[in-house]
This record gives sequence, structure tokens and C-alpha cells, in this order.
Amino acid sequence: MEEAAEKDSAMKPEVLLGDEAVALGAVHAGLSAAYSYPGTPASEILEYLLRRPSGERDYTAVWSVNEKTAYEEALGASFAGRRALVSMKHVGLNVAADPFMNSALTGVGGGLVVVAADDPGMHSSQNEQDSRTYADFARIFCFEPAGHQEAYDMAREAFDLSEKFDIPVMLRLTTRISHSRSVVAPREARSQNPLRLGQWQDWTLLPVNARRRFQRLLERQPELRAASEASPFNALTLNPRDRRLGIIASGIAWNYVQENVRDLETEPSLLKVSTYPMPESLIRRLTDHAERVLVAEDGYPLIERMLRGLYGVPGKTILGRMSGELPAAGELSPDLVRTAMGLKPLKHYEPGERPLAGRPPQLCAGCPHTDTLKALTEALRDRPGSNVFSDIGCYTLGALPPYNAVQTCVCMGASISMARGGSDAGIRPAVAVIGDSTFGHSGITSLLSAARADADMTVFILDNGTVAMTGGQTSCATGPGLLKIIEGAGVPPAHIRVIEPLPRNHERNVQIIREELDHKGLSVIVAVRECVTYSSKRRG
Amino acid sequence: MEGREARKQDIILAGVGGQGILSIAYVIDHAALDEGLNLRQAEVHGMAQRGGAVQSHLRLSSETVYSDLIPRGGADMILSVEPLEALRYLDSLAPWGVVVTSATPFRNIPDYPDLEDILERLRRVPKHAVADSEKLAKEAGSSRAQNMVMLGAASPFLMLKEDGLLRHIENLFKPRGANLADINLKAFRLGRAAASS
Repeated sequence: MEEAAEKDSAMKPEVLLGDEAVALGAVHAGLSAAYSYPGTPASEILEYLLRRPSGERDYTAVWSVNEKTAYEEALGASFAGRRALVSMKHVGLNVAADPFMNSALTGVGGGLVVVAADDPGMHSSQNEQDSRTYADFARIFCFEPAGHQEAYDMAREAFDLSEKFDIPVMLRLTTRISHSRSVVAPREARSQNPLRLGQWQDWTLLPVNARRRFQRLLERQPELRAASEASPFNALTLNPRDRRLGIIASGIAWNYVQENVRDLETEPSLLKVSTYPMPESLIRRLTDHAERVLVAEDGYPLIERMLRGLYGVPGKTILGRMSGELPAAGELSPDLVRTAMGLKPLKHYEPGERPLAGRPPQLCAGCPHTDTLKALTEALRDRPGSNVFSDIGCYTLGALPPYNAVQTCVCMGASISMARGGSDAGIRPAVAVIGDSTFGHSGITSLLSAARADADMTVFILDNGTVAMTGGQTSCATGPGLLKIIEGAGVPPAHIRVIEPLPRNHERNVQIIREELDHKGLSVIVAVRECVTYSSKRRG
Repeated sequence: MEGREARKQDIILAGVGGQGILSIAYVIDHAALDEGLNLRQAEVHGMAQRGGAVQSHLRLSSETVYSDLIPRGGADMILSVEPLEALRYLDSLAPWGVVVTSATPFRNIPDYPDLEDILERLRRVPKHAVADSEKLAKEAGSSRAQNMVMLGAASPFLMLKEDGLLRHIENLFKPRGANLADINLKAFRLGRAAASS
């Protein structure tokens, strides 16, 4: 790797986001196709691929309708022998879990790399699940970069390993690496793979084949562990003069350890873990060497839990998120890791009285959702017992003051299905609110189910023509096509109503909403007005 | 921290989503890259960008920068396009650090505190520079150039050369029009003059 870096020193270093470093690494690894669905903090991977000048875009890059679709599209490209990238936020992998798990059995043709960007601390997410669990669940290889150069280098190596071991390979990011910029030195690009179709016996997971393929996956595990043990991205430094403290750190947590380690009086033994399956013998050597072992990992305490096992390690003290040295929930920080390392906090300026008025995110001035939510709230005013089930998008901010207009947000598409269940259980009126892109992502099947039963509920589809929350990406279910989908799902045409959410239409819109709330059966109200923030971008 | 005289500067950029703090970061990042410095710059994307409080941790050093986040007490500078947002991160500032802030409030919350009280608390920081960014940006030709006014106001305290900053302001805005580049260059110069006076 070092030699290659020198040889290609002609390529100019670039300031890149962690997401962009992964994308560029994939391009230079001979990427043929990339698929994704927007989601913080993963969106910038595909955005970067789409933004590259056309002369440097010898690949397909697509915003898919959802993560499952994206994963299967990437898998198809891999089946054809090409290198494919699929990227998503952590909860997106839940949506894509079916093809993800099974692709560990089919194996790959061309290298298949799945990027899962986790969000510890839930900056823009509903949970802080740790995607390394998924890599372990599927029994595949996983990289976790600590820096931007690593993100680039690992993306390249992930494709090589995927082809070498005939499995998909995961690259796990977290918000702080995805959305941090640093300098990356790129290397010479590799050319793309030729077209070459997979063998049907490997790719047709009938039980007879699936059993054989699962056996193959199991037999491959020792090789994966050996590759992890030998990976240069892991680093073990034992201090023979001081056995008191050892620190194991993975990914971004490694940086927080490095930030503070020079302030310790004696040098601890250190292990950087960057690959999974866990490099067991390196972990064993560090644990054998040190009396106390601090485990710092952003996300769930995976390494720590594995190390403790059921009974702990006799004679050793294991510290981390499970012991309380680090908090069980939330994002790590240099300060939290510093304290866990036994160091005093840094001196800082004391600003005196606190706290300050918060400034939470809010809907943009002139946002069409504001007008829809106001009209809906007014129409519901004289109907106690109503409930508005919401979904994932800017309109979820309607749960907060001054709107207080929606009462749930669980996962992509859940608004319509939960409203149906709520309606079945007796909630009247049961209302769902969902955006056009989220409807395309996971709402269509829910609507189909509700339409089949003509469930007594009212669905709002807020068609602003874009995926606004994540930066204005392309929506797959907008405009006239959206109306055809609704009608095709079996919603009675008389109860598909289109409104234009504008202050001047308020009275009329409230009237239309009241009519449909009164209707004993399924209604869909489509509120059509372009996003105020991203409309011009889309035209341009 | 005594005895380690690496050339380094840790800066917390603050503002409200939409005020253009990432443009400030772009200019500083690229000027630092030209000077051969290492850098890391953590940003906030996604939901918070919708009119919420946003910050970016920007770390420059002649040595390796490890953490993307600046530890509490590690910030050499807070550079804010909005006074309440400057106040929000004061406890991240090193005891000797400098706060460079706009005096122009961005009032998009119902409980925005008393402005004079905010400014008074900011002026209590031993090293501070407060600029009337809205007035100076309008003087430069656009109230949207407040971010470059504040970059200019911070520039005397930055370890970067002024010409590098100017060059990258030009690089950033010229593709969007020569006039826009001129406005932003002027905004920078007015901010710099205000902080130096």
C-alpha cells in the first residue's frame, strides 16, 4: 500500500468528507454501479458519485426507491461480474436486511460492498443500532475506518476482499467520520470488471442449494478471521514496562484515545481494531498483557461484550460502556474517553449562568408542510379521539411546537400501516401523513393493504417533489405518477383529493379535509406544492 | 499542554442552519491545505440544518489531527455568525481563547434572550471581537455575505495567511458570478477592518 501511494503521488490530495472518501475509493476500485436511498449520514456517498464530472463517470449511480431495492440492484450488478456499491444509513439496512442476509449465501460475482453509516447519538435518526451487529449476523467481513485515508483505502480493499472470499463486505461508518472532512491522497484507478454471469447453483437459494451455500459460508469463517488478524489496519502496541492499562479502541473511538493518550503519565498498551470478525489473537495478546482493559467503541459495546463473555476474564478488569466508565448510550467524545482513561478534564472558559434557549430544527419559512399541517389541525379541532400517524421526513417536525400536529414517527412507511391498525382498533378519525418519497419507499404496500380493506382512515401524501430532509434528492413517487399509483392501489377515485397547500387556500383545504374525514372508508389527500428550499436546485 | 509547541488552531464555527458556516469552513480548509497543514473538520448535516443551531469543529495543525471533535476547553477560537450561537459554545473555549462573533441576532425562536445581555456576556471573554455583520454585509452588497464578514473579522486571529483566504473566497464564489465574488471579498475586508480597529 505504501509503495502504491508513492507511485501515484502525482494524484493530488483532496479535502473530502468521510462519505466522499469512501465513494472515491470505490470509483478507483473499478466501480461499475452504485445504488442508495438518501439517509443521514450516508447520503453524501451517492451525491458525490453523481456530482463527479461526466468525463469521470464511467459508472451507473442511482437513487433507488428504497434500500432493499438498492441492495438488490447492486446484487444484480455483482451477479453480472461487476463491482457494485450499495450505501445507506444504519436503519436502511433493516429495510435491506432480507437481500443482505441472503447475499452472504449467494456470494458475489463482482465485488459487492455495502456501506452502513451509523448514527450514534441519533443526530438525525430514530435509533442508534450498530451495523457491526449485522456484519456478524450475516457472518461477513467488515471494515471500520478511523480516518479519511483509511476510509478511501478500505473502500478499495473491501472490493478486493469481497471477490477473494466470495462474500459481500461491509464498510461501517459513523456520523463523525461520514460528515467530517480531511485530506485524502488518492491512488491510481483500477479498471472495471468485464461482464460475467454467475452460476445458477450458487445464486438460486432453493433449500438444496442454500444448505450447501451456508456450509460454504461457515467453512470460510477461519479465512475471514485470519484476514482480520493479518490486516494492517489493526495495530497492537504492547508496553513491556507497564502492564497496568491496555486500551482497545475501534473506528472513531481510536481517535479520541489518540487525542488523550499523550496526557497519560505512562504509556498504555494499545490495540486499534478496524476489521471484523474481531482479530481475536490480537485482543487476547492485549488482554493477557494488561491488568485493566478499557474498550472504547462508538455504538454498541460489541467488542466489550464479546471480551467479557458470560463470566468475564479471570484476573482482569474490563472497562467500557458496560461497566459504566463510558455511557451506555449516545455518541462518544474526546471528553468522555478522556475521563474513562482516568484523566482530569481540560481547563475551559467558564461562561457562567446556563442554560440557554435551545434552537431546534424547524420547517423552513414558506414550507408547504406548514400549510397542510395547519389545515389538518383545524379540521381535526372538533374531533376528539383522532390520531395523526406520521412518518419520516421534514413534516415529522410537525410533532413539535408550534404545530403539535402529529403523534407518531416510527420508521419509513409506518404512518399508513399504523393508521390502518389504529382504525381497526377504533381510532376515529385515523389519519396518516407521509411524504412522496417515503410513500414510494415503503408506503405503497401499506396503502395497498388499507385499500383492500377500504379501511376507515385518511391518508395525506405531501408531494413536494423531492427528498427534502436529506438535501433534495430525486423522489421516485411524485407528480402525476403518484396519483396513478394511488388509484392503481384501489383507492376509490372519488376519495382521491388533490389540494394545494397555500395560505390563501386554507379555508377550502380545511373543507376538503373535513369531507374526507367524514367519509367512512379510505381517502387519500395529496397536498401538492414544491419544496421551497430545493425547488430551484431541482430545476437547475 | 506546556512544552508542545506544535502550530495548531482549533476553531468552533457556529451559526444557524442556512447562514453559510460551511462556506467559512471551505475557505479555511483550502487555505490550510495550501499551507501544508493537516486538518479535520466535523460538520452537521441532515435535520439540524433546517434552521437549527449548527456548528462545525475545524482543527488545523502542523502535526497529525486525531479527533474530529474539539475537546471541551480545547477551542482556540469560537467564530460565530450569530451571537446566541457564540454563547452556546463558550464552555468549549480554552481559558485563553478568543471569541469572534456577529452582533446581529437571528430570531427564529419564541424565547430569544435579551440581546444586550448576550453581547455583554460575550464581551466578558478577555479576548473577543464583535462585528456588526449585517450592516457590513449590506455595505459590501448583500446581507447574505455575513459569513464572509465574520471570516474577515476572525482573520487577524487565524494562523493562515490573508492572501490564501482571499484566493479561496474567490474560488468559492467566482463560479456563481464575478459580482458575487466581489461582494464576498469586500465583505471579508470590511470584517477584517472592523476587527482590527
